[in-house]
Amino acid sequence: MMNLPTREQAGVLIVSVSGRIDHTTSEEFTKALDPLLDHCVQGNPSVLLDFSGVDYISSAGLRVLMMASRRSKAQKGVFAIAALQPMVQEVFAISRFNLIVPCYVSVETACKVLGS
Amino acid sequence: MNQVVFWGTRGSLPVSLSHRDVREKIVAALTAANGKNFKTRAALDEFVDQLPFSVTGTFGGNSSCVEIVGDSNDHFICDMGSGARPLGQAKIARFGVPNPQTYHIFISHLHWDHLMGFPYFTPMYIPGNRIVIHGCHANLEQAVRLQMQSPNFPVDYAMAGAKIEFDIMKPDETRYVSGINVTPKRQMHAGDSYGYRFESLDRTVVYSTDSEHKLDDPAEHGEFSRFFHKADLVIFDAMYSLAEAVSVKADWGHSSNIVGVELCQAAAVKRLALFHHEPVHDDKQLSRLVAETRRLEQITRGSRAPLEIISAYDGLTIDL
Repeated sequence: MMNLPTREQAGVLIVSVSGRIDHTTSEEFTKALDPLLDHCVQGNPSVLLDFSGVDYISSAGLRVLMMASRRSKAQKGVFAIAALQPMVQEVFAISRFNLIVPCYVSVETACKVLGS
Repeated sequence: MNQVVFWGTRGSLPVSLSHRDVREKIVAALTAANGKNFKTRAALDEFVDQLPFSVTGTFGGNSSCVEIVGDSNDHFICDMGSGARPLGQAKIARFGVPNPQTYHIFISHLHWDHLMGFPYFTPMYIPGNRIVIHGCHANLEQAVRLQMQSPNFPVDYAMAGAKIEFDIMKPDETRYVSGINVTPKRQMHAGDSYGYRFESLDRTVVYSTDSEHKLDDPAEHGEFSRFFHKADLVIFDAMYSLAEAVSVKADWGHSSNIVGVELCQAAAVKRLALFHHEPVHDDKQLSRLVAETRRLEQITRGSRAPLEIISAYDGLTIDL
């Protein structure tokens, strides 16, 4: 089971993600993310994925993020990603995922926007 | 197999440049030439050659039709989109009439954009020619005949001069066709589509268009990695961005440049051709797409051998 440590900062639930998210780990990533998304509803803290430890993401990993974003929207919660490494940021741009999942330069910047 | 010739590369619907597109290209070329003086034709050609492809050329607008030039005298063609019209004309121009030829045509699926060129494929009207239409759909013959029945087309299918045969293949079963082993694979698309793996003694080409890939299915990833394994060239449906393919256009039956790179990297493919271009994309957008795809390959390559990325355009001929 993938370990996703969490902490709360400025009223935002920050989830630390690390390593590679590809075809072999995307299912684990989904399972680890699911219970956190249960709480991503209106009135609850925003869920922010800290991606500073992610050094590779494949299409399968990006799909998990799209599903998470879609579920959060349906629950009227707020879901976002921050601190993408340059290579991962490029993959987001090339895949156009930067247009469908809110991305922030850093956790601090995201907390200023999303925090209470 | 020696060469692949792209006669039609556009997805879903043929398109053409508009007068505004042509004007934009002229303006861009003249802007780049501002202040320069070309004393010879060679100097002018040299200048034009260094302009971007989106200015000097176009990806073109004919729908899917790709020729694989084999070692035998028989002709190998994938799909009969509107690109089949210039292909047929080129064959008549080269071989003349009468000069009986055998054409093996492999049909990915029966949607209109992959069949519409057949009534305009001149060799079908020439007695002495033999045309074998291969495919995996049980109603292949019916679909080909239907588009040449009134009121769909003025010339009835019965007017064909060539001898036309239909060969229903089975997915995953290899058929030896005039020196080439051909293996079809079922793909995810409305009504099913089939990709084809062509293997000669020393070259492998995979034609895989109108194929959606489900990213939550690792088994599917493995299957296609094997289907593409060590191919010299994979012709891949890269119609949408990944974001489109998994969200608003999920289940529309097409794929993305990202998935193309990932599968080809996993399969140790040598060259990937982006294909089945989105009709709304202009030459600038398609040029950007191939540049981004090359960058993606570069940053995700790791210790693998480089994967060459090209974007297919109408009229492109590549040596295998």
